[in-house]
Amino acid sequence: MVLAANILIDGVAYGMVLFMIAVGLTITLGLMRVVNLAHGLFAMLGGYALVTLAGRLGLRFEVAAILAVLAAAILALPLERVLIRRIYGRDELEQVLLTIGITFVGIALASILFGSGLTPVTLPSYLQGTLDLGFRVLPRQRLLVLAAGVAVLAVLWLILTRSDFGIRLRAAVDDAATSEAIGIDTARIRALTFALGAGLAALGGISGAELLPIEPYYPLKYLVLFLAVVAVGGLGTTVGTLAAALLLGLTETAAKYLWPEAATILFYLTMFIVLSVRPHGLFGRA
Amino acid sequence: MTLKHRLGAVALVCALSLAPSAHAAETVKVGILAPFSGALSMYGKQFRQAIEVYQKQNGTRAGGVEIEFVYRDLEGPNPARAKTLARELIVKDKVQYLGGVVFTPNAMAIAPLAEETRVPFVVFNAATSAILDKSSYVLRASYTLAQVTYPLADYAIEKGVRTAVTMVSDYAPGHDGETAFKARFEAAGGKVVETIRMPIATTDFAPFMQRAKALAPQGVYVFLPAGPPTFGFTKAFAENGLKAAGIRFLGTAETEESNLQALGDAAIGLETAFHYSAAHPSPANDAFKKVLAELHPGSEPNFASVGAYDGAHMIYRMVEGTAGKPDGDKAIAAVRGQSWESPRGPVAIDAKSRDIIENVYMRVVERDATGRLINKEFRTFAMQPDYGRGN
Repeated sequence: MVLAANILIDGVAYGMVLFMIAVGLTITLGLMRVVNLAHGLFAMLGGYALVTLAGRLGLRFEVAAILAVLAAAILALPLERVLIRRIYGRDELEQVLLTIGITFVGIALASILFGSGLTPVTLPSYLQGTLDLGFRVLPRQRLLVLAAGVAVLAVLWLILTRSDFGIRLRAAVDDAATSEAIGIDTARIRALTFALGAGLAALGGISGAELLPIEPYYPLKYLVLFLAVVAVGGLGTTVGTLAAALLLGLTETAAKYLWPEAATILFYLTMFIVLSVRPHGLFGRA
Repeated sequence: MTLKHRLGAVALVCALSLAPSAHAAETVKVGILAPFSGALSMYGKQFRQAIEVYQKQNGTRAGGVEIEFVYRDLEGPNPARAKTLARELIVKDKVQYLGGVVFTPNAMAIAPLAEETRVPFVVFNAATSAILDKSSYVLRASYTLAQVTYPLADYAIEKGVRTAVTMVSDYAPGHDGETAFKARFEAAGGKVVETIRMPIATTDFAPFMQRAKALAPQGVYVFLPAGPPTFGFTKAFAENGLKAAGIRFLGTAETEESNLQALGDAAIGLETAFHYSAAHPSPANDAFKKVLAELHPGSEPNFASVGAYDGAHMIYRMVEGTAGKPDGDKAIAAVRGQSWESPRGPVAIDAKSRDIIENVYMRVVERDATGRLINKEFRTFAMQPDYGRGN
């Protein structure tokens, strides 16, 4: 019983971290169809921005976190304008080469600016420490990630399926020519969506920093992890990304309790099985 | 003779006059292989800075012979590349000594080359015992896993720890650490109740912590690569209540200085056995830190720094002992049985095994007067040999 409860608690907590670090990629890769290997760069940027704003400028954690997310979104705009815009609808290899190139530049810049070691994100005191569940304790920070995950899911669902913007976005991605013909400013929609993806990546970087600490090689080190979660969930579905994150989180956590040596293997085996049965992911459509 | 031919002849004469002669060694070249780019460039940086400190303190000459260091980037564990670079350094650059090397597979690939060419090779970091068995021209300026793990097990027993869980990253050095700890701890009457091997890609350590905690051991032996895994592990160790339950954290390199500040409060109270703490109180260490701060303000000395510093010392002694002539046997003989005061404390080279003999210190992480985290030494295991080799 205790074992099952432990697996459930740790699995969901880990799954929510996976969801938060991957949800931005669901937007850029899933909805916009850009093979965005620079996702981790924006996640890392969020972390560094938070540390700079909270640590060096002394802002409150909450304020610094919001500003960091905005900073990543705003920085994404000129990048989209100058570089990313050129690869919409282009060959996947070209998309991969451009975004991985941007990632390498970002890694080099981060090494120069922040050094090659880890940069810790210091949590405010009410998020440090643990919550006593009776039979065990849970870090309070995971509760915040859980709440943030649910909030992000709700807001994205509203934006993408219930708002004008969401409808225009889907139209712009599915048929750019017709959308423009009926007066949709597809260039603007895409720029804003890319910024949304970058902002969510930054939020994910901040939420996950307790497990995936911020460092210059962050964007490459966890790239496969981001891609795995989005692929298993299905492109462009936030609910799918959540389902995938929870499935992968629970599988890996259960393995860590029962058969630790195989934990990483089972993570990827789950991915393999899901994609064999459903090549477009859990909630993806052909 | 056309102008083109004449130019060619001039170029040839110039090239010949610049080519180093194999005998008259006014300048001895030393080839250093280390990661200077990529995720592990910390090592290359530390090596280079420590060598610069050594040069600043001792000059660039030994026994009247000028010593020049040549650096080559060897990014990760890549034996084929290690061998190619080492061969190039020996054949093309005519180095008389090789040094550096962070990873065991790279050192293992270079050792046969050292044996074949009789070029002495000083390992600055790679910590697997068997490297020195590969060639009689290999020396080590770092430590071995068994060397620091045996005193750690002794300390645990001393503190009344009788049951332990080992938690190591699932790769070769982790397995070696697990084996060494188990051997010493159980020989002294302790019992390893569970061995947990954690996948190297682990980011969430909570499940391992809950498992270990459920077994209620008195201590956990830990081996993890520095960086993100150590960060995640130490946080999880505190957050899952193992620290609060009084379970002793028994580690080695985890709290090394390059990432120590990033670990934050979760690191306070962690106990490790290791051969170098930047907070080691000695005139030699103070002098080392002073020059390092002058040359590279803000640089944090760590185990990689002293590995390179003492490696440079060994190379200087060898150059002195051979008067700059390429003679591998004479060079090795010049450092066998030597002892000196390093920033880490007293060290010696075993006359028979060529291994480094050094103090291993028990340290605890605490904040110093300025609020920075340090490894405070509180117990010394004097002049420990490598326990990992047969001889």
